Amino acid sequence: MKRVEKVLELKNISKKFGEFYANKNINLEIGRGQIHALLGENGAGKSTLMSTVFGLHQPDGGEIYVYERQIKIENPNHAIKLGIGMVHQHFKLVEDFTVTENIILGMEPKIGHRINMKSATKEVKDLSEKYGLKVDPNSKVENLAVGVQQKVEILKALYRGANILIFDEPTAVLTPDEIGELLDIMKTLVAEGKSIVLITHKLNEIMSVADKCTVIRRGEYIKTVDIKDTDENELAQLMVGKTISKQLDKNPFNPADKILEINHLHLVSKSGRKILDDVSLTVHGGEVLGIAGVDGNGQSELVESIVNMIETNTGEIKIKGQSTKGKSIRDIFESGVSYVPADRHKHGLVLDKNISENLILIEYYKKQYNDGLNLKKMLIRDEGKQKMQAFDIRAESEATIVRGMSGGNQQKVILAREISRNPELLIIVQPTRGLDIGAINFIHNQIIRLRDQGVAILLVSFELEELLSLSDRINIIFDGKIIGQVDPNNTNDTELGLMMAGKGV
Amino acid sequence: MNAVAKHMKNRNILVPILATIIALVFGAIIMLIAGYNPVIAYQSLLNKVFGSAYDIGEVIRAIIPLLLSGFAVALANKAGLLNIGVDGQITIGAVASLLVGTLVDFPPIIHGFTALTVGVIAGGLWGVLIAYLKTRFTINEVISSIMLNYVALYLSHMLIRGIVPQEGSQRSALIQDSASISLNSLSELLNGARVHWGLFITPLIIFGFYYFFNKTRYGYETEVVGLNNHAAHYAGIKVNRIITRTMFISGAIGGLIGVFDTLGVYKYMAISTSTSGVGFDGVAIALLGGNTTIGTTLSGVLIGVLKYGSQGMQFGAGVPSEIIGMIISLIIFFVAAPGLVKKLLPNMEHTKKEVQ
Repeated sequence: MKRVEKVLELKNISKKFGEFYANKNINLEIGRGQIHALLGENGAGKSTLMSTVFGLHQPDGGEIYVYERQIKIENPNHAIKLGIGMVHQHFKLVEDFTVTENIILGMEPKIGHRINMKSATKEVKDLSEKYGLKVDPNSKVENLAVGVQQKVEILKALYRGANILIFDEPTAVLTPDEIGELLDIMKTLVAEGKSIVLITHKLNEIMSVADKCTVIRRGEYIKTVDIKDTDENELAQLMVGKTISKQLDKNPFNPADKILEINHLHLVSKSGRKILDDVSLTVHGGEVLGIAGVDGNGQSELVESIVNMIETNTGEIKIKGQSTKGKSIRDIFESGVSYVPADRHKHGLVLDKNISENLILIEYYKKQYNDGLNLKKMLIRDEGKQKMQAFDIRAESEATIVRGMSGGNQQKVILAREISRNPELLIIVQPTRGLDIGAINFIHNQIIRLRDQGVAILLVSFELEELLSLSDRINIIFDGKIIGQVDPNNTNDTELGLMMAGKGV
Repeated sequence: MNAVAKHMKNRNILVPILATIIALVFGAIIMLIAGYNPVIAYQSLLNKVFGSAYDIGEVIRAIIPLLLSGFAVALANKAGLLNIGVDGQITIGAVASLLVGTLVDFPPIIHGFTALTVGVIAGGLWGVLIAYLKTRFTINEVISSIMLNYVALYLSHMLIRGIVPQEGSQRSALIQDSASISLNSLSELLNGARVHWGLFITPLIIFGFYYFFNKTRYGYETEVVGLNNHAAHYAGIKVNRIITRTMFISGAIGGLIGVFDTLGVYKYMAISTSTSGVGFDGVAIALLGGNTTIGTTLSGVLIGVLKYGSQGMQFGAGVPSEIIGMIISLIIFFVAAPGLVKKLLPNMEHTKKEVQ
């Protein structure tokens, strides 16, 4: 048999969701025994591409070659038969089962109608020894640390005969020690002849284990580079691209009093991972403080702890000089805080209620909106109409159910609500995710208008362009730590990209 | 988009109506197969319900607990809770009012009113117990409420046997006449039909339900919690408090059912081997009524009429009353599987999705 060198090849793969290209003409070649990194920002299309390879959906164009044979991957089972295994970011394990039971699930070795547990356990043990994946085959998954559960996921793929392993952001949930161990495991796997696709946006991981790296940005193929011929600077630049910081019309930077002050905030997860690690920051009136960072580095926990939606372990948060300790969420909002959450559907809106009902979500209990018992329906409707005009919310009427509206209009409903409350501190997370350019401009202008009025704004975003054009200062968060501060007028994408990937300057 | 939403809403009204019609047709087919005449059967069902003043009074007596149970469940549903423990709340409400009705000496009306209030509060607290288990220990209310049904049942046995027994029988002593909430003069007019205060209180509850959800800020926050408790939490609403409050009201309505049965209908409480099952009828009624005021009212009346009228079917057409149980089950079945109803009417499916 001829020895093939290309185990997986993608040619001009495209995938459209509606009118939006999640992937456009992407090329990828994975060599035998190589670790091939797939690098890109959030929403660049990495996961979409790998879901295509794993048969979770069909591409709209292009060809897939497995072992140099063109093939249409029908579904995940088909992918597994072809020797492709996926280690998902969110594990798909049965918590009540043992390691062995999880691994053999669906492919149990049998004697008659009974599962041959003895041979299964032995097989799992052999596999784990061969690849240096230390796990006890008989322990229950629910008792295992996250890093060990991931090993079980890897073993599951290996047990199914995977030769091409796709790791989807495998280090996102791991502690630093576990990350080191995982990278060693990957090296062992390729030494044994497996091939690996590593989806990540952490540059140091790529530099330490990968052979090649393909960069995609906004669904498009940018470049494939050999790791030995590149450095982190180049990768960072390829990942974020050239951003033209658009000039927004804004007043000169003139910070007033401290509105938000955070001192030494710590938060540790149940599994012992540091989610927030000694975070300190301040936001002044008339200032936009941008928080840059890749998703999942503690941003959502940071903002949720400011409004007391979650409790932190230690540290102090002061709003206008007053500690927030022991205050309810409502107290915090009443002290002049508005909060636009990252997840519009989960937190920001009640999708099955209409626009005007969503506009009173935070303040319905106030005298302004009820007489003690009854809601002032007429007034609520009229206000809804006014806000729809003021914030350019496009829908049939204020009685339109929010669920059916476009993302941009939904976001404007939240903004209308939060801005109309005349905040002194506005916390705004991912304000333009998934929106079209018109809605983005509108929202950016609103943020600048508030800043010019003297509102303190904490802007959390994954979009560099947005951060650069709106912020007066940018703090970079990585692994729950503020690892640096930059001046948006005096930085570049490479510097930011590097810091976001954990490389302090 | 809005047009689509409107269309969906119309469909949602259409489904229970169609489900009822289809179930009645199915019932007729089954009667035909079994050799009965469905026309005579349905006719005698209606005769039984509207045939005499007594029957009209008694059908109202039968509908009241079903309506209240439906609204108790619908209220909890609105807050995102499935209260299938109405049976237990009925039992607790009944036994609490029984104790007050037998042991205390109060003047008429005041006695009835006191016993009623105590029963309602007891039922409410039984609901709060479910809320407490949910909010404090994250025990799913479906599990705890159904288990507490048994606790309530055996607790009632203990209290009846221990405190207000009727020697030589499987029931409690009678309540004092002063605790009765029967409407005696109206009852005489209806040839002895057992009508009681519920005739006035039940419409009040129904109106209260409508008012609560359509006018008040408390109804608004309850709905927000039911539709999206994450958003409720974000908005500063104390979700656990809403859950507790809702379960109190839901349980109190359940308790009211038990009060009516004890003080208004039977005047004693039987030591039965199982709970009444009215709580489960309530789940079906709320489902059929889509948790709306009008829907729940109509479906409560419908189920009540079918149940009461089924006795007449047995007399008039020799059809076993179980057939009605089957038809009610079919209605619920078709409502719970709306896709099935829509399939039976192909013109409702405008666009068939392309199979990928």
